[in-house]
Amino acid sequence: MMQHLIIFPIVLPLVAGILLLYQRQGLIGFKRALGVAATALLVVVAVLLVRQASSGDVLYYALGDWQPPFGIVLVLDRLSALMLLITSLLALGAVVFACAGDDEKGSNFHGLFQWQLLGINGAFLTGDLFNLFVFFEVLLLASYALLLHGGGKARIQAGVHYVVLNLAGSSLFLIAVGILYGATGTLNMADMALRVAELPAERQGLVTAGGLMLLVVFGLKAAILPLYFWLPRAYSAAPAPVAALFAIMTKVGIYAILRVYLLIFGDGAGPLAALEQGWVWWLGLATLVASGVGILAARDLRLLIAYLVLLSVGTLLVGVGMRSAQATSALLYYLIHTTLITGGLFLLADMIGAQRGKAGTRLVKGRPLVQGKALSLALFVGAIAVAGVPPFSGALGKALVLNAAEGAERLWLWPILLLASLASLIALSRAGTTMFWRSHRGSISGKVLPKRQWFGVVWLLSAAPLMVIFAGPISSYTQATAAQLSAPQDLIQTLLPDAGEAP
Amino acid sequence: MEMLYSITTGVLSTCGLYLILRGRTFPVVVGLTLLSYAVNLFLFSMGGLTTDGATVVHGNGEGHYADPLPQALVLTAIVIGFAMTAFVVILAMRARSEVGNDHVDGKKEDRE
Repeated sequence: MMQHLIIFPIVLPLVAGILLLYQRQGLIGFKRALGVAATALLVVVAVLLVRQASSGDVLYYALGDWQPPFGIVLVLDRLSALMLLITSLLALGAVVFACAGDDEKGSNFHGLFQWQLLGINGAFLTGDLFNLFVFFEVLLLASYALLLHGGGKARIQAGVHYVVLNLAGSSLFLIAVGILYGATGTLNMADMALRVAELPAERQGLVTAGGLMLLVVFGLKAAILPLYFWLPRAYSAAPAPVAALFAIMTKVGIYAILRVYLLIFGDGAGPLAALEQGWVWWLGLATLVASGVGILAARDLRLLIAYLVLLSVGTLLVGVGMRSAQATSALLYYLIHTTLITGGLFLLADMIGAQRGKAGTRLVKGRPLVQGKALSLALFVGAIAVAGVPPFSGALGKALVLNAAEGAERLWLWPILLLASLASLIALSRAGTTMFWRSHRGSISGKVLPKRQWFGVVWLLSAAPLMVIFAGPISSYTQATAAQLSAPQDLIQTLLPDAGEAP
Repeated sequence: MEMLYSITTGVLSTCGLYLILRGRTFPVVVGLTLLSYAVNLFLFSMGGLTTDGATVVHGNGEGHYADPLPQALVLTAIVIGFAMTAFVVILAMRARSEVGNDHVDGKKEDRE
């Protein structure tokens, strides 16, 4: 049983999604129970996987017992286990939130939600490049449908951009995979790392082209500067639980960058090592600047949070661009924090919008709210965490990233990241004061919000204090993860024991 | 054969790229389709073009046979491509009916 645990995060949402396809009137209670139960079970599985991975061994699951490099493998190391855990925690908050009524605004919400999880988990687990493509497609297909859940003009328009861009991105992904396969003769990432290390000189140009084209694709998913323009519109138009789940989608791109460039183009890759570094570092800084401007300019709370997602992407990218074990550890800590908190903020924005009624999430004066105190307190906690003010997790995460910069990197990173944080602090305090303090006198607006919505928000935002309290164990785990990532030989040894010494 | 193959792929992707950059949804959809054809052809050729080769079933390790992996990859890519094209066509029609015109930004162009 335990050795099959690795495939569980893929099989469980798949089966749950198929069961949830069944359509009949009055089945919503059953669907909600099944969706929540499957997601809660996923959390348990992810915790077990993290415990397995934290021993430091790389585990793999060969489907049909076809051994690598020929068969399809799922690989579990510390990084993928961590990403699975974050995904399941985020998903549980989002799915409980959706049970308050968002899931009835269109058909098949819970089934699509599970398939989205299937794609995300698969992308985190897969050990070969082509299956990374396949799982990307699975998660994208589900996300297209989820983005349009509930319909409406804004969603359809954002959807057209999102779908067309990602289809073009998929084509590029296939071209890059084709080039890399043609040049190295393998698709297994561990095997490819070995082949790249002993690449004949005439093929280096091809592999460079393929590798950088992959960066474009992952950059599109992660929303790097010239490729982010779809993000604010899509995220602010999506239904709240979907937007919250999308908080992990940009991180799938970050994960893919980490995985591919630290494994295939790692230190062993000779002249092709650190292929991406210059691009990622400078574009990450530029993304930070753009997100700072966007944050200040946003006139709507949801758009503001979408730009905060972009800010987190920029921070993570500069962490990748520094390419040191310390920076990787810092960025992983920040990644946990930012995924959960921005997810929670998307949910919270929807609740605020629902209670404000006509004013919605636009940053204009409205009437006082029934649950104004509780909502403003939640926004306060979320804003402090996301802007990086002590005592919550954001401050710790940002401090770790800032501390990881060395020498000349500090000169660039410190002012830009701190100014972007200042911008988010200004924008968030402006949003909070406008919505909660500068209200008209008059009758109180809104209905009391459902308990399930409160559960979703509190579940995700409680990461802010908890990540500070448990900062010790979390950061020791992320440090171990970074150490494992910077020594890809172990992973290659486990997957391809024969190929070790004699190439 | 290599020449013909690469020219075909190149022409297809050029047309696809040009059409993707158009302003209306229909050319964009056609462009995406052309681009995915080009990509499939490209992927198919990545194992090297083999003429008169047997399938790998009869290859005994030393013989002259075609690389089977690109074929499997192309099959997957074609299936995914079909599904995506179907989806984007429906989406374009929904956008046409909800927004009232078929511009990708949902705006009428000035010269109309």
